[in-house]
Amino acid sequence: MKQLLILSGKGGTGKTTAAGVFAALAPNKILVDCDVDAADFHLLLAPEILETHDFDALPGAKIDPGLCNGCGICASVCRFEAALKQADGKYYVDPYLCEGCRVCVTACPAGAISLVDRLAGQWFVSSTRFGPLIHARLIPGEENSGLLVAKIRQVATQKANEKGYDLIIIDGPPGIGCPVISSLTGIDLALIITEPTVAGKHDLERVIQLARHFNIPVQVAINKWDLAPEKTDDIEAYCAAENIPVAGRIPFDAELVKSIAGGKTAVEAHSGPGTEALVALWENMSRILQNKSAQNQ
Amino acid sequence: MKLAVASGKGGTGKTTIAVNLARVLAEEGPVQFIDCDVEEPNAHFFLKPSLDTEREVSILVPVIDRVLCNGCGECVKACAFNAIAVLGHKALVFAEICHGCGGCARVCPTKAITEQPNRLGVVSTGPAGNIFFVEGRIDVGTPLSVPVTKGARREIKEQDGIVILDAPPGTTCPVVAAVAGCDYVLLVTEPTPFGLNDLKLAVELVRELDIPHGVVINRADIGDQGVEEFCRREGISIHLRIPFERQFAETIAHGGLLVDAFPAWRPKFQALWHKIQEEVTV
Repeated sequence: MKQLLILSGKGGTGKTTAAGVFAALAPNKILVDCDVDAADFHLLLAPEILETHDFDALPGAKIDPGLCNGCGICASVCRFEAALKQADGKYYVDPYLCEGCRVCVTACPAGAISLVDRLAGQWFVSSTRFGPLIHARLIPGEENSGLLVAKIRQVATQKANEKGYDLIIIDGPPGIGCPVISSLTGIDLALIITEPTVAGKHDLERVIQLARHFNIPVQVAINKWDLAPEKTDDIEAYCAAENIPVAGRIPFDAELVKSIAGGKTAVEAHSGPGTEALVALWENMSRILQNKSAQNQ
Repeated sequence: MKLAVASGKGGTGKTTIAVNLARVLAEEGPVQFIDCDVEEPNAHFFLKPSLDTEREVSILVPVIDRVLCNGCGECVKACAFNAIAVLGHKALVFAEICHGCGGCARVCPTKAITEQPNRLGVVSTGPAGNIFFVEGRIDVGTPLSVPVTKGARREIKEQDGIVILDAPPGTTCPVVAAVAGCDYVLLVTEPTPFGLNDLKLAVELVRELDIPHGVVINRADIGDQGVEEFCRREGISIHLRIPFERQFAETIAHGGLLVDAFPAWRPKFQALWHKIQEEVTV
């Protein structure tokens, strides 16, 4: 079983659009949406939710105003500036700032601080016309997206092993932070989709450094390449210098945007130049993954 | 006046809106620009600051004195983040997942734990024309971005005019770190089901934080009516619509500003600012 992760560094480069095409074309796979902050993959897949599970954040601190004597020790020990003084001289904990470290709970001399459970989100096992989808929704403002990503990946891996799926296709989050790091561990191939802009190239370089840090093999695809052909050349020159294969170029195609508006993957909606390039990109990915499987046997 | 530019979905044009707005406003008075997208900071490409000062951002992480440590495991119990384990009768720290709360050092009965700074990233500052520019940037491989965002925001000179904060995509803790305490949040979206879905999440967040907000629709002419209908239904003002133009895309691709390359857009960004101001003062 192999795991293919789609990343980008910069947001909005076309990760989910590509993931949708891969979902439609790949045989015998499980789909995962690791962009738990702003999950969009389900909009193309119309999932029927089979299981819903709660995901808890670390319990947060809460101060009982009846017991608080306003001594301020909680504020002095809190490294996250989450214990704040109110107008009445008593303290309260800002739930958005509290990271759940519990230091204030043990430090409070009045015993006024306790821990309260916090629901951070939910994760789902769904069925779609292309196979199972494991996805999640983090409540806006919550933290621990990395843990939620780890959780849904663990569920997907377990399912793949039990049911004999050959491939896990993961739509990843933007950036290079906590949820991206959690998405990258143990991946067989990361496809990084970029765009020919100064920002796209800069962000690509950072996500490539990150993937290398974790020893993950990388391929690059350049979306909307024809909007700035010289920038596309820049990116390809960078990739050549770094010994990173460029697996595809996708032209700007307004039809791709329209296919999303219809809630369909590009291959189901039409066959323009954008779709053709994405199909060719999938064929490349498929061949690379098959070679990896063959090497392992 | 602190204005955050955020989006939910990535790649909708947050930075484009933030930098162009900063440029036109800086002609009228002091502007500070804080790039809070610390995982992938890009505003510098457009405002081209001379970053002359750099400060490291660190958190304090535990260091174990292996002679003093008796392997009692009190630190392990105190750590909410599973960042310490006892192996071979000695405590072992996983610094990359440590949040730096200091809880372990407080409970260690043999005083075997001291704390030392662990670098997460840098905050750079410098002038970009009339704009005071601040950028937070995490080191590659660092999962903790919030302390770097907070570090960038600490550079804000409170008394000085307009502050524009360019937020990261998403709707979780790094976004809260960028938008909390701002007077207004401008949400940049695109008229697609992806843009709409993530806009709804972003609106949920700013409502929870009780911050006034409005919308800019980018690439407004390629997509559907979903975002327009949602904003109408929810009573959220749409302050500006930017159509898709190949020339705009080319300008942005090369790090150019719309208000410089297409002067007809200058009054539109000025008007955007006036609309925001009206909503803040009401």
